[in-house]
Amino acid sequence: MSVTTGVTPQPDSLADRRPALATAYPVERLTLANGLRVVLAPDRSAPVVGVSVVYDVGIRSEPPGKTGFAHLFEHLMFQGSENLEKLAHFRHVQGSGGTFNGSTHLDYTDYFETLPAGALERALFLEADRMRGPTLTETNLRNQVDVVKEEIRVNVLNRPYGGFPWLKLPPVMFDTYPNAHDGYGSFEDLESATVAEAAEFFETFYAAGNAVLAVAGDLDPDRAAALVERHFGDVPARPAPVRPDFAEPDLTEPRRSAYQDRLAPLPAVAAAWRVPDPVADFAGYLPFVVLAEVLTDGDASRLLDRLVLRDRSATSISGYLGFMGEPFAVRDPTALLLHAHLPPGGSADRVLATVDEELDRLATDGLADGELARTQARMATHLLQDTDMVLGRGLTMALLELLRGDPGLINELPRWVASVTPEQLVAAAATLRAERRAAVEVIPGSAA
Amino acid sequence: MSTRELPELAPPGELRVPETVERVLPNGLTVLVIRRPTVPLVELRLRVPFARAELATATVLAQTLLSGTGSMSQTQIAAELQATGGALSAAVDPDRLLVSGNGLVSGLGRGLEILAEVLTGAAYPAQQVATERERLADRIQVARSQPSHLARVALLRRMYGDHPYAVPTPEPEQVRGVGTDQLRELHDQRLHPAGATLVLVGDLDPVAALDSAAAALDGWDGAGGPVELPPAPPLEPGPLVLADRPDAVQSSLRLALPAVGRTHPDHAALQLANLIFGGYFSSRWVENIREDKGYTYGPNSSVDHSVAGSALVVSAEVATEVTAPALLETRYELGRLATLPPTTAELEQARQYALGTLQLGMSTQSGLAGLASTYAGFGLRLDHLARHAGALAKATLDEVAAAAARYLAPAGAVTVVLGDATRVEPGLAALGPVAREPA
Repeated sequence: MSVTTGVTPQPDSLADRRPALATAYPVERLTLANGLRVVLAPDRSAPVVGVSVVYDVGIRSEPPGKTGFAHLFEHLMFQGSENLEKLAHFRHVQGSGGTFNGSTHLDYTDYFETLPAGALERALFLEADRMRGPTLTETNLRNQVDVVKEEIRVNVLNRPYGGFPWLKLPPVMFDTYPNAHDGYGSFEDLESATVAEAAEFFETFYAAGNAVLAVAGDLDPDRAAALVERHFGDVPARPAPVRPDFAEPDLTEPRRSAYQDRLAPLPAVAAAWRVPDPVADFAGYLPFVVLAEVLTDGDASRLLDRLVLRDRSATSISGYLGFMGEPFAVRDPTALLLHAHLPPGGSADRVLATVDEELDRLATDGLADGELARTQARMATHLLQDTDMVLGRGLTMALLELLRGDPGLINELPRWVASVTPEQLVAAAATLRAERRAAVEVIPGSAA
Repeated sequence: MSTRELPELAPPGELRVPETVERVLPNGLTVLVIRRPTVPLVELRLRVPFARAELATATVLAQTLLSGTGSMSQTQIAAELQATGGALSAAVDPDRLLVSGNGLVSGLGRGLEILAEVLTGAAYPAQQVATERERLADRIQVARSQPSHLARVALLRRMYGDHPYAVPTPEPEQVRGVGTDQLRELHDQRLHPAGATLVLVGDLDPVAALDSAAAALDGWDGAGGPVELPPAPPLEPGPLVLADRPDAVQSSLRLALPAVGRTHPDHAALQLANLIFGGYFSSRWVENIREDKGYTYGPNSSVDHSVAGSALVVSAEVATEVTAPALLETRYELGRLATLPPTTAELEQARQYALGTLQLGMSTQSGLAGLASTYAGFGLRLDHLARHAGALAKATLDEVAAAAARYLAPAGAVTVVLGDATRVEPGLAALGPVAREPA
């Protein structure tokens, strides 16, 4: 489906739910003449600010034959811009007492700084400068191809279970290039990248109209709005590209794959099922977010209790929404994932069969007393903890604006999670059938 | 091309260290409470000194502390905590046992009761112990296939020799030999409130929180005297240790250098010298081996503090084919800073970074809880942050240059490389003596 951000509907049952867990962070929104959407979130409790810019481009948008390009380009955004030589961005952020990073996801790419409040204007200057255009040179491109290859070696090639399951499961579940390909990229594709391609990628996707800026923390909204206008106001207007349709049909029969990991000493298995559209059908999607936690959060959760503590058929299991585990920052098509590490000689078939059995039991017998409420309470803690970090707060708001047009949803998420009913949860569990499942197994290749 | 002016920084505010309310309970437990009402949560850290606890038993104890009491099963403990939005977990290192958790502040009272029940009545049920020690043995086996773990094991063994810091993880077979009896015995001998510190940070009334901690934990037994580790031995430089990991596509470089503790007069200058060398992205070493040469992705250099000693540890994962050149650049940057003073601009940039990140580290409930608990383990309180900030603010170029000469000299380094020995040894041998060992 082609996605536009939409206003989130209100849950019907919101009124009867306890309101105690909501936060009340003020949120202001504005849009500059060039199309840049801006979110301001003042909170004076600590003298720090978080500045985030998210662009509506990710791994799914990278061109065929150019696996890993979105991530490589993210690195190039740190290599200098009109008023900033190579290394200047890092030095200015850190020399202001701040920290920075960027990351590339399936549906977006983010750039962010956390700094003492007095460095706010400097961070806005730095982000605006590269939004006008990075300095793309052959030398910097070759250097960052080397750095990215080392990143892939650290995270995938030189360690056991590298890329499991986030790089290993999509090609089993999906058939089209945008959804199935390796987002870190092949060395061959990375080495073939050119400066011209990078310039075109910037021109297409890094438009002001395709970005959201969020500023959170110790700030005065009026002054911050004026600073944003001062630094971003003359970023040239370019329209957001039309986002392609990444939809794929659901599975109608199970898919199963296995691969040998020469560094892994023990087996592992991951499984995934498609879930409703996280944006267009948020109400239908939300029960799956809660279901993942009912199944796997803590020693009292269904699958941990059964697989790890009683059967001992797995040594750990985790469950989450989206291949990168970010339930509120992903678009359709996506999935509920489970992944388990197994003891020596453990059977992936047995684990999957037990998962099916437990899902069936949940769908048939329903929840135990208190099971849903305690899971929702723990989820509220996690959501609140994320918003306690000035960066987590700002970045989450930027993503809620980008994907849903509603950054204020940050204050409502704990209540939304609490509004999921036992009936909705059981209905969600009933859809996770073996015939809709994609699974991938790690066969240990090291005798250790 | 228009030129735009980099905006000036607004002057930094005073470092605001939040107030800590402290009480020592009659059983010897120190309770520290910090109010930070940003979100309706509480962070909890209980730190119990655990020096000289037998490694395998201590490791299994941390894994099974929450596995059941006389009246509650493992699942009940987890479910009851979860109902308050909470969870607890335990971990050990050679200095301490640390119980960590968080939850909705409305559930603090119940959380403390469950913590007390575990501290006074952990039963280490045989069946749960059998399950958890197998899980632990599997995890250790997996860790041994990870280069970061193998490099750490090789480095600590080389740094610490016979000292307890030399071995971070027990053998899987040692773990499998630990049973309920040893766990109860270690618990009875060592899990005592005397010398322990409980930290609570969150949206709470400090006095009420102290009262509820006192009420919940006053039945925890106070017996047992302090146990200390001998001081960590000084580093003994020698041949580079090459740990073989056949077919590795990267090598793990590790250098350890001498360092001083948080209260030593050289500490601030050493921290600044380390930043200038390689302790943050905008350092000489990172700009050299990553941004110029593309040898590595995430190099790191930090001063690590343990109760019995401190060390500066330099780490990088580099492509196999550039292993020796990467080590050469590392030694070059260490040597350059140890023999030539840095520039004023380099010092000011590092100073701003050190001061700013102190501020950032205090800006969340969990950050404050971690700092307060770690400091408590070294007999310090959060007011040390203000003293440290003062020392960072006034360290001079001469002091930083002197610290670099004293602590960063490559001649004082202990060096370990984990990698494909057949491929990397010739290059490494060109730089100095190499002693090869299996990983």
